[in-house]
Amino acid sequence: MKSIVVTMAHGSGGKLTQELIKEHFWPRFTNPALDSFLDSSILKIQKEIAFTTDAFVVKPIFFPGGTIGKLAVCGTINDLASVGAQPVYLSASFILEEGLTWKELDAVLDSMAETANEAKVKLVAADTKVVERGAGDKIYISTSGIGYLKVDPVPQPRRMKNGDAILVTGSIGNHGLAVLQARNSFFTKLPVESDCAPLWGLVEALLAAKIPIHAMRDPTRGGLATVASELAQASRLAVTLQEDQIPIDVPVQAACDMLGLDPLTLANEGKLVIIVPSAAADEALRVLHQHRYGRRAERIGDVQCQPEGLALLRSRIGGTRILESLSGEPLPRIC
Amino acid sequence: MFSLKQRDALLVSLRGINRPCRVMEVCGTHTVNIARSGLKQMLPPQIQLLSGPGCPVCVTAQGDIDAAIALARIPGVTILTFGDMIRVPGSESSLQMEHACGRDIRILYSPYDACRIAMENPEQQVVFLAVGFETTMPLIAATIRSAAQQRITNLSFFLLGKLLPPALRALCKQDITRIDGFLLPGHVAAILGIEPLQFLATEFGRPGVVAGFEPEEILLALAILVQRIGAGEIGTEIAYRSVVRPEGNRTAKALLKEVFQPTDVTWRGLGLIPNSGLAFQSSYTNFDARKRFSLGEFASKDPDGCLCGEILRGRYSSQDCPLFDHACTPETPIGPCMVSSEGSCAAAYRYERWK
Repeated sequence: MKSIVVTMAHGSGGKLTQELIKEHFWPRFTNPALDSFLDSSILKIQKEIAFTTDAFVVKPIFFPGGTIGKLAVCGTINDLASVGAQPVYLSASFILEEGLTWKELDAVLDSMAETANEAKVKLVAADTKVVERGAGDKIYISTSGIGYLKVDPVPQPRRMKNGDAILVTGSIGNHGLAVLQARNSFFTKLPVESDCAPLWGLVEALLAAKIPIHAMRDPTRGGLATVASELAQASRLAVTLQEDQIPIDVPVQAACDMLGLDPLTLANEGKLVIIVPSAAADEALRVLHQHRYGRRAERIGDVQCQPEGLALLRSRIGGTRILESLSGEPLPRIC
Repeated sequence: MFSLKQRDALLVSLRGINRPCRVMEVCGTHTVNIARSGLKQMLPPQIQLLSGPGCPVCVTAQGDIDAAIALARIPGVTILTFGDMIRVPGSESSLQMEHACGRDIRILYSPYDACRIAMENPEQQVVFLAVGFETTMPLIAATIRSAAQQRITNLSFFLLGKLLPPALRALCKQDITRIDGFLLPGHVAAILGIEPLQFLATEFGRPGVVAGFEPEEILLALAILVQRIGAGEIGTEIAYRSVVRPEGNRTAKALLKEVFQPTDVTWRGLGLIPNSGLAFQSSYTNFDARKRFSLGEFASKDPDGCLCGEILRGRYSSQDCPLFDHACTPETPIGPCMVSSEGSCAAAYRYERWK
């Protein structure tokens, strides 16, 4: 009798593990490196690469706009894109909880494969383990990625300069709120989807248009406020954002007002914060607006000399406040 | 929303006041929005804002936090709470720490989820930590009524609900000489109406203005209030007419009356205040967690050196506390005002520390 769910035997390394890999993973991710079935994949790599790793434990594993699988691929791709590297290879480790259904696993793997194809990255190494029921939460995924560096010098906070413009590639807070909403029944379902998306295409378009990118970050956990604060600290410059310029979808703002959340501290999984010279800001926005993941890009602030190392928000009413990194909020797991 | 020109006109009118004005913003949400919008720094120096006792988590007595922790430690008990409560330090632990040690503690966004969770976990005794003012307690009353109708037997409520007008009265009795006027909470007034707040004017001779929560609405209410203070006009008025009706919300008030009755409770900072808390009406006492678990009184002492109690009555500001930004930060909170998203210390730390 064929099991309808993942069992401990699928993690034994024996016949059932082979079956798990051959039936569920292989057909979706086939490529020469993976198909060689060696203990390690052999890759051709050009000189300078970027390398990153990330773990994904989001609950629930399916949420409006994405799955834990799509998130795992996007998260790693976007970490590479943020340093100006073109993502090419991924590895993924899967911790499966006994009792996960094939339907759930297949849906996660489908969304992973679809996102990897869209972003033209190859999964070249993978592993699965199974843990007893209760020892995990359906599925955990850990991914690593390799990307070819496409820009020299690498965008980083110490390249930021007084007078630079700060851009964001679209509306803020959607992922954090979509996951919160999927976990809780606190109100009628609002039309909010995760923004989870692979963003190398956006960066590639900016580089093709010869936009000099001084610094770049993807505002995931901790949101825009945390990234602004970290950019200010790392650059020892002041980062000032204009509240009324920051794109926030109406349902996201409404839900945040109701729940006492700050959209600027909610996670994003398909946005970049990009720092460019002021003179290049308009051209950068024009390029971003032509891309499907950058249609609502905005210039949201500026880099200044003072006060050194602080991020500030100029409020709608004209007041100024500090933008602080998120500190230990009792929020659910979101990535 | 109004224009920058209108804003400037209001600021000019505020600057015109030629006497010191000490205004208490009663509500924690006002405190946070004032800090978050940078409104405080825009005000002329003669206008001083004092935070009041309007943050429900902050005014929860230390003994009640310890009692909640004791409940969480009872085998077979699931605790349901609003997120702000879990990081408040008790005398020797917090709900967050208890959660890390394996107790079943869950964060709710809506009280209505309590019934569902109780029904899904029939083997557990589910206890809701019912913290809140007149704004939240009608929802909790509705939940209790719904639990009664569905005959849910494994759900009970640890009532920590409080009523603002008795607390303001207690505050006035001790501190009125230091307060020139009140920025009154829009949401509480939306439930109660204006009448229960009028004693501030009639008994204590202080003007009050009910304010909305957008920075523009707060500024407008403040401008009206300061003008009244300057002119020596005493009265209670509503500058939040889109939401607050003079008679309040009759349905919510009826619900409160059906399920709860006033009782004496202890507030952090303010001590025991007559009729300032909520107890069950006799027909609902079987939902009382204190009774179900024979919970005694916890006479706990506030943390050493913590000024939360004094800050909640407007005697000190957060920056006056020797622990602020040293021993006490949002990562290592000592008092509840640094924990709650509506706490004045958390607001001062998050938004105003650079000044």
